[in-house]
Amino acid sequence: MFDFSIITSWIHGWLTSWMPLGLAVFLECVIVGVCLLLLYAVIAIVMIFMERKVCAAFQCRLGPMRVGPWGTVQVFCDVIKMLTKEIITVRHSDRFLYNLAPYIVILASVLAFACLPVSRGLEILDFNVGVFFLMAASSIGVVGILLAGWGSNNKYSLIGAMRSGAQMISYELSIGLSILTIVVLTDTMQFSEIVLRQADGWFLFKGHIPALIAFVIYLIAGNAEVNRGPFDLPEAESELTAGYHTEYSGMHFGLFYVAEFVNLFIISGVAATIFLGGWMPLHIPGWEGFNTVMDYIPGFVWFFAKAFFVVWLLMWIKWTFPRLRVDQILTLEWKYLVPIGLVNLLLMVIVVVFKLHF
Amino acid sequence: MNNNLKESITAWEPAAVWSECGDGWFTVPADRFRDLAVRLRAEGFDFLRSLTGMDWGGEGFGVVYHLESTATGENVVLRTMTPDRENPVLPSVCDLWKTAELNEREAFDYFGIRFLNHPDMRRLFLRDDWVGYPLRKDYDPSQNPLRMSNEVSKDSTASFELMPDGSIIRQRNVLFDEGEYVINIGPQHPATHGVLRFRVSLEGEIIRKLDAHCGYIHRGIEKMCEELTYPQTLALTDRLDYLGAAQNRHALCMCIEKGLGVEVPERVQYIRTIMDELQRIDSHLLFFSCLCMDMGALTAFFYGFRDREKVLDILEQTTGGRLIQTYNTIGGVQADIHPDFVRKTKEFIAYMRPKLREYHEVFTGNVIAQERLKGTGVLTREDAISFGATGGTGRASGWACDVRKRHPYAAYGKVDFEEVLFTEGDCFARYMVRMREIEQSLNIIEQLIDNIPEGEYQLKMKPVIRIPEGSYYAAVEGSRGEFGVFIESRGDKYPYRMKFRSTGLPLVACLETIARGTKIADLIAIGGTLDYVVPDIDR
Repeated sequence: MFDFSIITSWIHGWLTSWMPLGLAVFLECVIVGVCLLLLYAVIAIVMIFMERKVCAAFQCRLGPMRVGPWGTVQVFCDVIKMLTKEIITVRHSDRFLYNLAPYIVILASVLAFACLPVSRGLEILDFNVGVFFLMAASSIGVVGILLAGWGSNNKYSLIGAMRSGAQMISYELSIGLSILTIVVLTDTMQFSEIVLRQADGWFLFKGHIPALIAFVIYLIAGNAEVNRGPFDLPEAESELTAGYHTEYSGMHFGLFYVAEFVNLFIISGVAATIFLGGWMPLHIPGWEGFNTVMDYIPGFVWFFAKAFFVVWLLMWIKWTFPRLRVDQILTLEWKYLVPIGLVNLLLMVIVVVFKLHF
Repeated sequence: MNNNLKESITAWEPAAVWSECGDGWFTVPADRFRDLAVRLRAEGFDFLRSLTGMDWGGEGFGVVYHLESTATGENVVLRTMTPDRENPVLPSVCDLWKTAELNEREAFDYFGIRFLNHPDMRRLFLRDDWVGYPLRKDYDPSQNPLRMSNEVSKDSTASFELMPDGSIIRQRNVLFDEGEYVINIGPQHPATHGVLRFRVSLEGEIIRKLDAHCGYIHRGIEKMCEELTYPQTLALTDRLDYLGAAQNRHALCMCIEKGLGVEVPERVQYIRTIMDELQRIDSHLLFFSCLCMDMGALTAFFYGFRDREKVLDILEQTTGGRLIQTYNTIGGVQADIHPDFVRKTKEFIAYMRPKLREYHEVFTGNVIAQERLKGTGVLTREDAISFGATGGTGRASGWACDVRKRHPYAAYGKVDFEEVLFTEGDCFARYMVRMREIEQSLNIIEQLIDNIPEGEYQLKMKPVIRIPEGSYYAAVEGSRGEFGVFIESRGDKYPYRMKFRSTGLPLVACLETIARGTKIADLIAIGGTLDYVVPDIDR
């Protein structure tokens, strides 16, 4: 498996050979930041295109077809359109909070995005409490949504923000519990370490029953966390027009929109990392030839394939199910998912203590 | 009308005068009317089919009531009037029949008749700053230039009470207090299916009060009809309930034919029946699609629209129109059916049945859909009758209100079909009624399509059509309930008064009762399952 740290350490060595260390590190930070944002934008564009094509396929349509071959240029055009649109400010809104909100949402999203280990040696934020950091960073987003609802001076936005506050804070619990289940299994919170421990089998298989339950809970809660159908109440378009981002236009709306899609990718990426082995190739014990072939496929291909598979699962759910009601969402979380998650955590502890896992 | 009923009414109210002209009616003096209405309500006349405000010129203003007993199926037409043109006042019957509440507001809006003890005497369709009453015969349109100012929503309303000394006092009723969290749903809102507007008072997510505002697409069609010849009025009916265009026009043609005493050929009857049922399938498919979209299931929406397209293609081939067909004419239909019509319709029937199973798989059986629809928005049978909520809504509450069964018309007497009835009265029952009705419509078409008799498709009519003096009421089962047409003729080539019984207005009227205490998301589901179409409400 190719190790990207060779390239990164070579760049570091080359830079430090002709400039002071401090400047080199600063320059590297800038390069990494730019690369991160570029990747973020590319992922957003790919996700939007995928969403349109996947939902079209579910709905017996073709989706965008006119701009470029198979409509591939469509999303780029949409991005340019979005960038050139006027940002309309609403009278009687809380100007500061109103303008701040989309940046908080995108900040949380970018911070969480930086935690994902894309390939061996290709981690940006990777330290011993990485899981903890990801949970903390991603939950800043709800603040942005609440601010957007409050700052817009719109009753629909406020209801949407209230709904999303109740929903996201509740479902954070289930996500935490299901990730904790895997942390119990691995006894580490560092993402790169979590991936490395899956070299001999993905946790979904190694942790068998409790890991499987945790995976299902994670998918449900993750879907709710990113406000996507059937949990899209905060922006339920047939009830609240567009929920918390009703009053946003131009790139401010674009930031919410992009963050929503990349958050979906992050949720899927985390699922791929902690349950499906991250960038680890698929190995089947005993099949040596097969395993060698799998090893030739680069790690980032494995990661993106797994992540997009989970994305596709979540899109399938979104485009099939009707929307839940607000009380049903909270019932589902507090009466079903949280108790099951707690019991499951206990089960995993028993499994680990008695070494029942593979 | 049978003689027993006529005699008993004369016995209950000796002042009631019977007139045999057109459908026949009783005229009751305004001061005696309220007692007779109470009596009739107690005798089982629980369904107020239609309430029509009238301006009889020198005789003053009045109201025509069409009553039906749901137990016996008997019908009676009552009229009451007040000669006072300056200050017309009539007793309200909205405590007897809840549907009268909005209908009396409409009569107030059009004629300025004030109804005593009506709790909410506001205009229904026109703006509050409208000058005069447009359906009065002496109305001057120049009083109302196009206003460039916004209409301010008022938080209070008025009611009128009669004091013992004969004077009338005006009372102010508060709709919304200052501290209430009132949100505006509509007129531009994705879930109102048109330009309907609700003001909703919320407590968290729970609806405490709901106030419906109509009139955003009010075109004054009833007023326009008074200046059009009978064949010209036909064009306007398609624009009422655009998902029941064929049926609406059918009702108007039937009413005019009834007035003229014309019997249309069998071929026309068959074609009209098939067209009505195709239209019903079209409407119910759109209902399914829109309900799914309101509930957030966008994929099911596309399934419904995909199949609705097939119906529209069939309609287009014969009539030239897709949404609005303008196909029925007085004494026939516009053109003979297309040579491919029979084949395509049969293909469609074979295509549609498996698709219905697919709908049930993708949406009906879904656990979320069931959770959201079952038990929400219950309308009791009594309320359904009192509000006059006919169609799928009434039948979901267990009220057998199908005009096709109650008063068979066209070829409905000859076909065998089931009137789909549910007793729960909740959103799921309303949804299932319509899904099952698609099957029944397919059955009806199947029975007729091979047996369309030969003959002419259009009777020869006189160039100028004049209906003999009298008043006539004819009703069909529209896509969402009883669509009735009331014509009062004075023997001219123009109707003296033409009134359309809206299928949607009773549905909007009962919304407050159903939605109170539910959540916002339920309001959307209730609105979706009630299936109103706004141009039909506003007219």
